Amino acid sequence: MSKTAAKPLAEQAIVQAAHSPAQLHFRTLRVDTPFQPRIDALMKTNDWYDWGGYRAPASLWDEELEYFAIRSQAALFDISPMVKYRIEGPDAESFLNRLTLRDVAKLKPGRVHYTAWCDDAGHVLDDGTLFRLTETRFRLCCQERHLPWLLDSAIGFNVTVTEETEAIAALALQGPTSFAILREAGFAGVERLKIFDLAEFPHDGGSVVISRTGFTGDLGYELFVPADLALSLWDRLWQAGELRGIRAIGYTALNRARLEAGLIVANADFVTAEHAIRADRLRMPDEIGLGFMVDLEKGHFNGRRVIAQARSKDTLQHVLVGLEIEGNIPAEHAIVYHRQKKEVGLVSAAIWSPMAKRNIALASLQRPYGDTATDDLWVEIYAMRELKYERLMKRAKVVARPFIKLDRRTASPPAEF
Amino acid sequence: MKTWDAIVIGAGHNGLVNACYLQRAGLDVLVVEKNDWIGGAATSRSLTPGFLYSNCSYVCSLFRPEIMRDLELPRFGLQVISYEGGAVFTRDGDYLANYRDHHAHRREFARFSARDAEAYGRYARDVTRQCRFIQPLLMRTAPDPTSFRPRDIGELIYLGKKFAGLGATEMADTLRFWTMSISDFLDEYFETDVIKANFALSGIIGTALGPMSPGTAYVLLHHYMGEVDGSVGAWGYARGGMGAVTKALADSFRASGGTIRTGAEVEQVLVKNGKARGLVLAGGEEVHGKLVVSNADVKRTFLKLVEEKELPDAFLRRVKNFKMRGSSGKVNIALDSLPEFPALPKDSPCYRGDMHFTDSVERMERGYDDWKAGRWSADPFLDMMMPTMLDPTMAPPGKHFMSCFVQYCPPKVEGSDWTDADRDAFAETVVSQIADYSPGFRDRIVHMEVRTPRELEAEVGLTEGNIFQGELTFDQLLFNRPVPGYAQYRSPIDGLYICGSSTHPGGGVMGAPGRNAAHEILRDLSRPTKHMSPAHDVI
Repeated sequence: MSKTAAKPLAEQAIVQAAHSPAQLHFRTLRVDTPFQPRIDALMKTNDWYDWGGYRAPASLWDEELEYFAIRSQAALFDISPMVKYRIEGPDAESFLNRLTLRDVAKLKPGRVHYTAWCDDAGHVLDDGTLFRLTETRFRLCCQERHLPWLLDSAIGFNVTVTEETEAIAALALQGPTSFAILREAGFAGVERLKIFDLAEFPHDGGSVVISRTGFTGDLGYELFVPADLALSLWDRLWQAGELRGIRAIGYTALNRARLEAGLIVANADFVTAEHAIRADRLRMPDEIGLGFMVDLEKGHFNGRRVIAQARSKDTLQHVLVGLEIEGNIPAEHAIVYHRQKKEVGLVSAAIWSPMAKRNIALASLQRPYGDTATDDLWVEIYAMRELKYERLMKRAKVVARPFIKLDRRTASPPAEF
Repeated sequence: MKTWDAIVIGAGHNGLVNACYLQRAGLDVLVVEKNDWIGGAATSRSLTPGFLYSNCSYVCSLFRPEIMRDLELPRFGLQVISYEGGAVFTRDGDYLANYRDHHAHRREFARFSARDAEAYGRYARDVTRQCRFIQPLLMRTAPDPTSFRPRDIGELIYLGKKFAGLGATEMADTLRFWTMSISDFLDEYFETDVIKANFALSGIIGTALGPMSPGTAYVLLHHYMGEVDGSVGAWGYARGGMGAVTKALADSFRASGGTIRTGAEVEQVLVKNGKARGLVLAGGEEVHGKLVVSNADVKRTFLKLVEEKELPDAFLRRVKNFKMRGSSGKVNIALDSLPEFPALPKDSPCYRGDMHFTDSVERMERGYDDWKAGRWSADPFLDMMMPTMLDPTMAPPGKHFMSCFVQYCPPKVEGSDWTDADRDAFAETVVSQIADYSPGFRDRIVHMEVRTPRELEAEVGLTEGNIFQGELTFDQLLFNRPVPGYAQYRSPIDGLYICGSSTHPGGGVMGAPGRNAAHEILRDLSRPTKHMSPAHDVI
């Protein structure tokens, strides 16, 4: 009598001849972007950080001077690690309208808008930029990964969603001479791009999508190419920029510029819903300063009912505000107090702004503080100086964002510098 | 004749944890152990020269760090080393790896499915949320919902508050988690067979249920709520094998003045006038104690060591019906060289982690079908690893100890007792599965120890060889473990306590049952418990 069932497989060595490169990825835990050879050649600080699994520069040669390159000349920053999805099909517009907060019907082909999307409970999953490449083709760029959410949301729509982070390389060219550099590089017609416009230009036998967008609050552009055209694009810009002060920069410099522009970063200034382990860390758009995106008139979208309800019942708990803090000591991760006593929130990012000559910060506060109660707010700064915390209690004022407004960002036609 | 303050039956990890805490509270404690060695199911044994086997439990994660600190276990040699990765081999010659690095993990999943690669974040979030809910309950006595004592009401309110502190979706998830099958649960996140199989294994280990049986999702949670030095969910090897855990406990116990007697099998608990007074050992020797704590499982304790007439009928019936079904076996192998798995690149971290050959949930379920028919799985699920890749103390350099946990393995073979021939055939099933993926594997084998439920019950004393001293299903957890009304480590017999994995919070080398039982005993004796750290904060 057999005491165990027949073995389903004949005993045989299950052996694969050779290992594919895909199987060997564990040997490189931080991968390179298509621009890495150029960045490596310019890297002097060896100051890398992990951006979504990529080896990305925190700085390249001098984090302070890299910032000034953004504001005075032109800075080249590799944004390839940004997560990108291609969304395409006859229902692409209606799908994205259902998915995101803003009205995508108002986004014409050749335009870009900054948007966000929520789960069914109205909690923000991420913010990002939506590029309308054609009537039926979009690109969604963001910080976190959302493929399961996008695919599930697409059920019932005639649309395909493809993750294309690795396939598409991208650069940000930001700063006063960025337009002049693109013109110099031969992108004819680039002068016609108004803020949030995009257009396709020929490049190296293929094409590049250039949008007048960026994360610096300055005149600037973002360029998207297939990965195999990345290096020739870099070289084209670098050559054209030689006489106009082009410099490669890392994230530390960019982070200062974005803070001056008052822009928020997912999982730095708020916790995205799919990452929040603690229920009280979830945020609705109105709680992180994205209420302006919410279009309650456009029809149903994810989270609509809850967002509308929170507004009408006045149950929003938090508010994200810009703060101007007295003195010049950055208040990073400082606790915010009302009347120096009651804890009402936390600073998520703070710097001394070279452009505003002010001590600025982004903070999340517990309503009504920062919303209707904006008087008598303070931040408690612990500044470590030679192994001692210097504790400062400084007055904070709620101010509008952006902290700086540069005319050259929106000027049309764009200025030479 | 000496009367001990307390006598603990069984020198397993929970018995020793319990004894340590009692001894440190000033009691004079004796531990009696039937084997000539200590450790119970957490033991390291040298069965062939040069090699040490973790011959029962083989990995460590659940053992509470509060206990390690209270009992000074590092001072007595306990070190836990996180392991590095893991793999599920697929039948087409490929494999799915688990890497510690988040992005490598994602890229690996993306080889199989772009969607699943990006689904891991939400899965990890949801599992973490549930673990954070359960974790603080581990080091607390479960409240008795039928009692109206202020403490139980207080604990119930604590539970209620914790539950109310969850968001609405998490509350729904909690109920689902505690009742769902691991297969259904994983279907909510992943689409790829091998990826689901990769996670499902934690839902069936030690459990006489298939991945499609309701209740297995909780078993997964039980395997995720441990940690290695703050890295939640991580698993590691105890340096020197799992015996290092109990050796450190025993040394700590002796250092504080405790006494251990090995080779002393308990025949019966002495009960006079409804109160435990000590033990009768095999051979008839009586040992007297003011109280008795049993680390044996609930069935062994009350059906073998206590006369039935001493127990209430309802209690007896519940104990008899407590589910403690044998479902697994263990094969420990000494190897004279490192086996090669050609599917893996030679430098793969998976060699330093757990390896598996079951690449679909369906195959696991079919393995369970064999068990239901009273046979061991023809195509078993193996949790296989070589601790000697990281631990230099268990085998000579270049040689390896391989631990294979095998599921499913029935307590009886088609209704008959296991025979030696059955055991050998069972071992052959295991070896042949490994050899499929590792050419030349058989030639490397120096020695092998094969443990079916028969050996596990006979040697370790686990009824049916059930590794958890009772299955971890919702009907047998919290205030229902092991018997409603007796979930607070006490028994119907005055002075007889239970401290093993049959009690809350259940199995695994956790130590929490032993610790919690000590807390209750000291409470009954009105002794201070200042030497017992409260559970670490979960913030």
